[in-house]
Amino acid sequence: MNFTLKVWRQKPGEKGKLVTYDSKDISADASFLEMLDVVNERLIEAGQTPIAFDHDCREGICGMCGCVVNGFAHGHQSGTTLCQLHMREFKDGSVIYIEPWRSKAFPVIADLIVDRSAFDAIITAGGYISIRTGSAPDGNAIPISKDVADAAMDVAECIGCGACVAACPNASAMLFTSAKISQLALLPQGQPERMTRAQRMVRAMEDAGFGACTNHGECEAACPKEISMNNIARLNREFIGASVKK
Amino acid sequence: MKLDSKTPDGPIEKRWDDYKFRLKLVNPANKRKFKIIVVGSGLAGASASATLAELGYNVDCFFYQDSPRRAHSIAAQGGINAAKNYQSDGDSIHRLFYDTVKGGDYRARESNVYRLAQVSNNIIDQCVAQGVPFAREYGGNLANRSFGGAQVSRTFYARGQTGQQLLLGAYSALMAQVNAKKVQLHRRTEMLELVVAEGRARGIVTRNMVTGQIESHAADAVVLATGGYGNVFYLSTNAKGCNVTAAYRAYKKGAGFANPCYTQIHPTCIPVHGEYQSKLTLMSESLRNDGRIWVPKNKGDARVPTQIPENERDYYLERRYPSFGNLVPRDVASRAAKKVCDEGRGVGSTGLGVYLDFSDAVSRLGKDGVRERYGNLFHMYEKITAENPYKVPMRIFPAVHYTMGGLWVDYNLMTTIDGCFAIGEANFSDHGANRLGASALMQGLADGYFILPYTIGDYLATVGNNPLSRDDKHFVKSVEDANGKVSTLLGIKGERTPDSFHRELGKLLWDNCGMARSDESLKSALARIPQIKDEFWQNLKVPGNGRELNQTLEMAGRVADFIDFSEILVKDALARTESCGGHFRVESQTDENEAKRDDAQFSHAAVWEYKGEGSAPERHVEPLSFEYCKPSQRSYK
Repeated sequence: MNFTLKVWRQKPGEKGKLVTYDSKDISADASFLEMLDVVNERLIEAGQTPIAFDHDCREGICGMCGCVVNGFAHGHQSGTTLCQLHMREFKDGSVIYIEPWRSKAFPVIADLIVDRSAFDAIITAGGYISIRTGSAPDGNAIPISKDVADAAMDVAECIGCGACVAACPNASAMLFTSAKISQLALLPQGQPERMTRAQRMVRAMEDAGFGACTNHGECEAACPKEISMNNIARLNREFIGASVKK
Repeated sequence: MKLDSKTPDGPIEKRWDDYKFRLKLVNPANKRKFKIIVVGSGLAGASASATLAELGYNVDCFFYQDSPRRAHSIAAQGGINAAKNYQSDGDSIHRLFYDTVKGGDYRARESNVYRLAQVSNNIIDQCVAQGVPFAREYGGNLANRSFGGAQVSRTFYARGQTGQQLLLGAYSALMAQVNAKKVQLHRRTEMLELVVAEGRARGIVTRNMVTGQIESHAADAVVLATGGYGNVFYLSTNAKGCNVTAAYRAYKKGAGFANPCYTQIHPTCIPVHGEYQSKLTLMSESLRNDGRIWVPKNKGDARVPTQIPENERDYYLERRYPSFGNLVPRDVASRAAKKVCDEGRGVGSTGLGVYLDFSDAVSRLGKDGVRERYGNLFHMYEKITAENPYKVPMRIFPAVHYTMGGLWVDYNLMTTIDGCFAIGEANFSDHGANRLGASALMQGLADGYFILPYTIGDYLATVGNNPLSRDDKHFVKSVEDANGKVSTLLGIKGERTPDSFHRELGKLLWDNCGMARSDESLKSALARIPQIKDEFWQNLKVPGNGRELNQTLEMAGRVADFIDFSEILVKDALARTESCGGHFRVESQTDENEAKRDDAQFSHAAVWEYKGEGSAPERHVEPLSFEYCKPSQRSYK
């Protein structure tokens, strides 16, 4: 297959621009990142700087990869990270636009790589249960119904890739934040810190420069793990509840 | 090189408890004076960093990704073992211990493995308390499943994403300590050198992958939690960034490297399909609980699988191993797949694949029942191959997955360099020559949560708090070395990319030191490696400079260490003329083509010592003795 790529190139401290590259003789079974590998190998051989992009596990679980492809975070295929998107999903001969996540809270480091440490800051503010190693009771001492465990697992699947922020017109991190708040609010272990957690994580989210949620629903559509935006409603309830009870 | 394993004596059930009592403690008020460097943020690194910080130590945690949550532990699918015996099916600490020693083909230390089985239960408790959403039964209790190589159901799981959930649990504990200002994170930072002065590890030298800055960091102890070296084969189930550099740099500074030839080839991966391929994807072996593995009985049978009648299929694992069937350990299943493919009965366009068939499971459990258990795996398989496994059998083939070898450590998890510890997959200690399924998560968390935090205190209490200045000559020299290597790589200005060398090395190792190894194949690999190395240092091409983000430069540094490391891997495989676990020497097999050990000659761990550039490394041995698990020929019939 042959493609024309329009790739965002940006050096640290400089303005970026779209640069055109030919991407020829690509196997239909290659993943999107393997297609970029091939382009990069040819760039290096030609003595040019390869396109910088983040990636690691290449099996859709580490959350390291992600670009906006033809306007869609992780590309047009739903429920898929960029590393799991395959070239057979594109039309032969088509033009593909590749850009980094765009958000004030995710500054571009180089080309397609952005700084997502703001997500870590949200978790640092309260995305945990404070339990010292070795002080836990027996695993079966806390029975949790299967429905609750399954619901918690549905949200715990978040891979922290940032597609929700990239897809949101407000660059809001509400889906990401609500996934962790929901997981811990659903489980009995999460109850003692439930109120302070919601408040602290929402504050950290705002401090990092993420926008507010205005119910566009783009986040849910872009999420490779298909996390529901119902969780945002739960986040709001947790946050308001915490503010009232305080 | 002195190999004192410090393994305690006495009844095995009491060894760890007695030993813990004898370990020195650091006074709570003094703990805050010590700094500990942890390299790696996977299950072992994150759990150790969090726990050490909770105890009061200051921790600096380094990782090459952008967040500690990305480490490749996250990709583990199937589960984590523990001897809870919640199923009342005959499990016990002793049985988990016995199964692990036997599964490892009697090449692990009994004391270490027993301790691992003991703390396995604490791990489950800890993870539940952190909010890890393990699978539950309707009554609210934790669910279990059986897993490759075990006849009891002792595996705890969170759908097909157990590694992710456990890592996010450890990550959350770590971030709580970041919040408490006890842990400092160093993201996108790669360790390039270990600083050793007068036999003691005193810090590390790193490269900031965003700015290119080479920096030094001093500490009272250094913990390497840097994972395995599976990517030496280029194609493996490891993440693209996994590398051997930290462990290899420690080896060059005097840390013994144990059993590098013990590599695990996982039986259920998606087969290779093209030259451009960058990695292999694992399908959790939990699939073998309900999937049946087969190939056509006849060579060259090109019919689509659903057209091949039942009596023309060879369910070769069920046929050869009636009692374990499709659940035989990984090494056995992998070799059996290779055997049928070598016979010309492999499936798919390359002939390097076997079927993993769920049609029986779908009729027994229904499509929804199968989806409940394996939905995400089926989804992933379909994404990659464009085939629907609910309708046609999956095609699978073995791939490099895990490395049992690693830095040699004593009972304290300390390497042969004082103050340099190795935990998780980076060390060699617990899995012998073959790791059982669902035991990697167990070992990583055991080391990080429950073992290292005790043993490192003994070391710190012994040496006291006297960190070396970063102006010391040893630091200066290490920084010079790291800078020198970067300039050399950039200065070659040849024609070939780092990836092209990596692919060549990987193929050489897979063909000659992969699932089957012979005297001839290993010697030919040993002859070829120096040629690859020479060409690398003469014909490498790395664009850009060292003072910026330069992913080609990062790869080049890692490939350089993989090439050097591959020599001790092959030398170890050549020296160990027996077969054991994942190490299969064609010269040493039973009449039924199983791995045949040679206990008289090889009941030991082989530990390699670096002797300087251009000199052959020296092979040392740590003898292994078995008081509780009497070595026998493994049989899964």
